[in-house]
Amino acid sequence: MLNTVDILETIHMIQDECLDIRTITMGISLLDCIDPDIDSACRKVYDKITSRAEHLVRTGEQIEKEYGIPIVHKRISVTPAAMLAAACPQGDPVKLAHALQRAADTCGVNFLGGYSALVHKGFSAGDLALIRSIPQALAETGNVCASVNIGSTRSGINMDAAALMGQIVCEAAQATADRQCIGPAKLVVFCNAVEDNPFMAGAFHGVGEPDCEIHVGVSGPGVVRAAIEKYPDAPLDELADVIKKTAFKITRMGQLVGARASRMLGVPFGIVDLSLAPTPAVGDSVAHILEGMGLEQCGTHGTTAALALLNDAVKKGGVMASSNVGGLSGAFIPVSEDAGMIAAAQAGTLCLEKLEAMTAVCSVGLDMIVVPGDITPETVSAILADEAAIGMVNNKTTAVRLIPAIGKKEGDMLEFGGLLGSGPVMPIGRKSAAKFISRGGRIPAPMHSIKN
Amino acid sequence: MRAVITVIGKDAIGILHKVSGICASHNANVIEVTQSVLQDMFAMIMMVDISSIDSDFTALSDEMAALGNAEGLAIHCMHEDIFNSMHRI
Repeated sequence: MLNTVDILETIHMIQDECLDIRTITMGISLLDCIDPDIDSACRKVYDKITSRAEHLVRTGEQIEKEYGIPIVHKRISVTPAAMLAAACPQGDPVKLAHALQRAADTCGVNFLGGYSALVHKGFSAGDLALIRSIPQALAETGNVCASVNIGSTRSGINMDAAALMGQIVCEAAQATADRQCIGPAKLVVFCNAVEDNPFMAGAFHGVGEPDCEIHVGVSGPGVVRAAIEKYPDAPLDELADVIKKTAFKITRMGQLVGARASRMLGVPFGIVDLSLAPTPAVGDSVAHILEGMGLEQCGTHGTTAALALLNDAVKKGGVMASSNVGGLSGAFIPVSEDAGMIAAAQAGTLCLEKLEAMTAVCSVGLDMIVVPGDITPETVSAILADEAAIGMVNNKTTAVRLIPAIGKKEGDMLEFGGLLGSGPVMPIGRKSAAKFISRGGRIPAPMHSIKN
Repeated sequence: MRAVITVIGKDAIGILHKVSGICASHNANVIEVTQSVLQDMFAMIMMVDISSIDSDFTALSDEMAALGNAEGLAIHCMHEDIFNSMHRI
């Protein structure tokens, strides 16, 4: 039987501690839309997405009302668009981006991810054309997100791709300089990208996935922080237990919503991504969890250890709560999307180097970090390579979402609004890595990639 | 199938009547009510059977939310599955 304490706890989590389902993401395969004529491919893409996801938003809203839990975003992820571009070498891939945007508008979703290319071992047909079109595609669309996988533990790091992506990130910022450089905020550069990630901007629908499926991304940093605050003097192993129990409850909610959405839409249930995803709202910050553990401010010494504990406990608690855990599943540390991270970066406590160390123990990477507008493409490439190396060697996903703030310098702010938040321009290293980047080629896969 | 309706706010005449009235109008059967008034704060948790309601559950939920807005009360109407899945293994 239900008891009063349990009922009130759930309501308290939703009302006062910002508990929500961050996203229901429908993954849709576009492999059957491949066509040598780009206009025909665009029509097929639009038709397939709008027919599969026709009821996605309405279903999400209905579940919100049924269970009384907010579902903040409804999203779509699709097959990497480079695979469609490969079939039409004469066609302009930006047309595909516009088709995706039209489909997103018709369905009413918040984001659509999959303007992507997977080039961790090398470029195949369509990849280069698509990557070169990313700045224009992101500037001319509003809700389409792009991602490029440049490395993996099994294949090493494609340094030609790292070099190219440094230029692309800078061009994407320049193309949207009049709009707070929003372009690169919708572009993720991965190592070890996952095929079933429901979170943006890095979501795409991998080729190993079924034709159509539903993923759920949960949230809940505010709930974890509130739980920790009830144990101000507990030793860390006890604190880890508290986090595990809280993560279990949050993930169960995701499992319930995902299973319900899957039944209502008649589409298989993919995975629950049990990530702690912050928002700029007060009380919904991962940095504040770390501070709740006893750090004066996020970014100081001890931050990496605290984050490692948090990330591990979230996974251990969440994994029992869901039949299928996947995606990125861990703690996110996007600077501009987290009130505590923004404050720590402004105070100078949180710097790029510390963030890089933190990415070795959390679920993703350098996320939503605003850098000075005069950063060189080679420096961006070097940051991408550093981060990809951490992912490659540690068998984990790492991602980089850097936003060069054109015309701005350290201490200035970029304001994106909504879930993307606002970010202070953070200092970067000024010595050149141009020679290293210009060598190109591939960084070989590490010894432990040879597992068979 | 059951739903949990919680009502919290300043005490006033007829809160229970209005909430149960909406339940009745949707053919939702009230099974259990726990209610307390501390000073002038009203708090109630109501369990209702919704297996034979004559409308969409979201319509009931919308009407409760509208009542909450009109009366200045925090009213939540949620399917019991959310509590069961969160607090039961």
